[in-house]
Amino acid sequence: MTQSETSPSSGGTKRRDLLTTATVTLGCAGACALAVPFLTSLKNPAATTLSDKTLEVDLSSLAPGQDMTVQWQDWPIFIQRRTPQMLAALQTPAHIATLRDADSKMLQQPKDATNWHRSVRPDYGVLVGICTHLGCVPSFEKPGSAPEAEGGYFCPCHGSHFDAAGRVAQRAPAPYNLPVPPVTFLSDTKIRIGHSAGDPGFSMSDIQQI
Amino acid sequence: MPAPEKTPGWLERRLPVMSVLRREYIAFPMPRNLNALWSFGAFLMVTMAIMIASGLFLAINYTPDITQAFASVEAIDRQIPSGWFLRSLHMGGVTMLFACLYIHIARSLWYGSYKAPRELLWLTGLGLMLMVMVTAFAGYVLPWGQMSYWGATVVLNAAHTIPLIGKPVSELLLGGETLGNTALHRLFVLHFTMAFAIVAVIALHVTALHVVKPNNPSGIDPVSPKQTLPFHPYYTSRDGFALCLFLMVYAGLVFFLPDLLTLADNYVQANPLVTPRDIRPEWYFAPFYAILRAVPSRLGGLLLAVGSLAVLFALPSLDRSPTRSATRRPLVRLSLPVAFLSFILLGVAGMHPPTETWLIVSRLAMAWWFIHFLVVMPLVSEREITS
Repeated sequence: MTQSETSPSSGGTKRRDLLTTATVTLGCAGACALAVPFLTSLKNPAATTLSDKTLEVDLSSLAPGQDMTVQWQDWPIFIQRRTPQMLAALQTPAHIATLRDADSKMLQQPKDATNWHRSVRPDYGVLVGICTHLGCVPSFEKPGSAPEAEGGYFCPCHGSHFDAAGRVAQRAPAPYNLPVPPVTFLSDTKIRIGHSAGDPGFSMSDIQQI
Repeated sequence: MPAPEKTPGWLERRLPVMSVLRREYIAFPMPRNLNALWSFGAFLMVTMAIMIASGLFLAINYTPDITQAFASVEAIDRQIPSGWFLRSLHMGGVTMLFACLYIHIARSLWYGSYKAPRELLWLTGLGLMLMVMVTAFAGYVLPWGQMSYWGATVVLNAAHTIPLIGKPVSELLLGGETLGNTALHRLFVLHFTMAFAIVAVIALHVTALHVVKPNNPSGIDPVSPKQTLPFHPYYTSRDGFALCLFLMVYAGLVFFLPDLLTLADNYVQANPLVTPRDIRPEWYFAPFYAILRAVPSRLGGLLLAVGSLAVLFALPSLDRSPTRSATRRPLVRLSLPVAFLSFILLGVAGMHPPTETWLIVSRLAMAWWFIHFLVVMPLVSEREITS
């Protein structure tokens, strides 16, 4: 045995330090490896993912000025039949000046709904009824009722306002317009939600935010 | 302590519980000038014990499944013998717990109980507050009413705005993007586990208290035995009397006003398609909800709501003055009550619809809360003249 191996102050101490470090490091690595199965077990195989399902909705019972709610992908979908007064109100410059994204620049809708009325046809509006602020469901305010004279959506949670086309007001806490789902008109009174004939490549997973 | 006259008994030689109890709860020297605000720690201990006992018996009859949770809570209220009492005790207990917690913390702020050598006492206490908040949040989801569902949805979506980690972490923890069966089950487990974790941290908090000894209204630690009184019988009897008064208020809430602090909408089963018209948080979360709402940016609102608590954690390093009690600090004596008022105003604002007036009130109150802790406290501790 040499002096350096037996001396507690030089070589021996260093060797023991290395052993301690190696033991602690391997122990930590082992604990981390053991944590992996615990964490992966938290992943839910039935987690909500977007399905390819489409939904056909018959609109023949919807009178002008009325609205209805259907469920698609677990989301509330608002469908409204607009009156000429509502359409006129959407286009007044005074109203447009109060909007955050009046021209729908943010990707919150398919290409065939990127227009002033944010829908395939001006007389029907289809929107995902989930506030872009913190996910509450806004309620429809009929035209003429407060607080939006031209009708629109009001979120009860934090007071966000959207107009009848789902465009968010500037003073609202919500950052984006209400999303528009892909819609195809099968006939004058029947729509298919989930596929857009005007923008076939559109997917709800691409939009800015639900 | 004088040496025991006879030889220690069988138990004492193996586990000295009796001598520790004697030292820490009978002979323990307490400052003799403590006021009524020093009883709130005892209230908190008793309320916590009641919460755990009632919670365990409620859990026996509760089903953590979205199809049955609401009905099982209704069954506890209507069919299980004495179930209404256990639930009322548990729901009223949350209010008593938070009320005592906020008063306990306000007392520590006023008398400077967060200063050396009590920093760890302060930090474990704030840790307990956060744990109680998480537990209360998880517990409020369990009845699966409309307020449970939508309150949790708003908090969940606020958490989603945290860049990079917000969404993946909350999806991993709650098993999906929206609230569902997996989330309810996990929140039930969280609620249950946190309750016992809180007990463990209370043990740390109380141990720290017995090491550094209680602060007192003068903020000057007692130096001679003449300035102290033994815990028993002086403070056991005083806390006992205070507890009787406290339990009278608690019983009044449980028996006479069980509906005072609950919202009618939470007796409607959760419906993911309809948000209730009048959505309000529980009163104890209202100040933070008001902050969340007063900021036009979502992430900003979340950061400021979290920040309003973070400043409390940072307080021992923000306030460098050696003087503890605000009664001896002329500027703190003015600024701190305004901060208390701000907290109350935020609470009131959070319970009202978000009109312009309430938004302005929230913003002003929020501003003063941060100014007090981040500007006034560091500046004052540099240049104040204390009495």
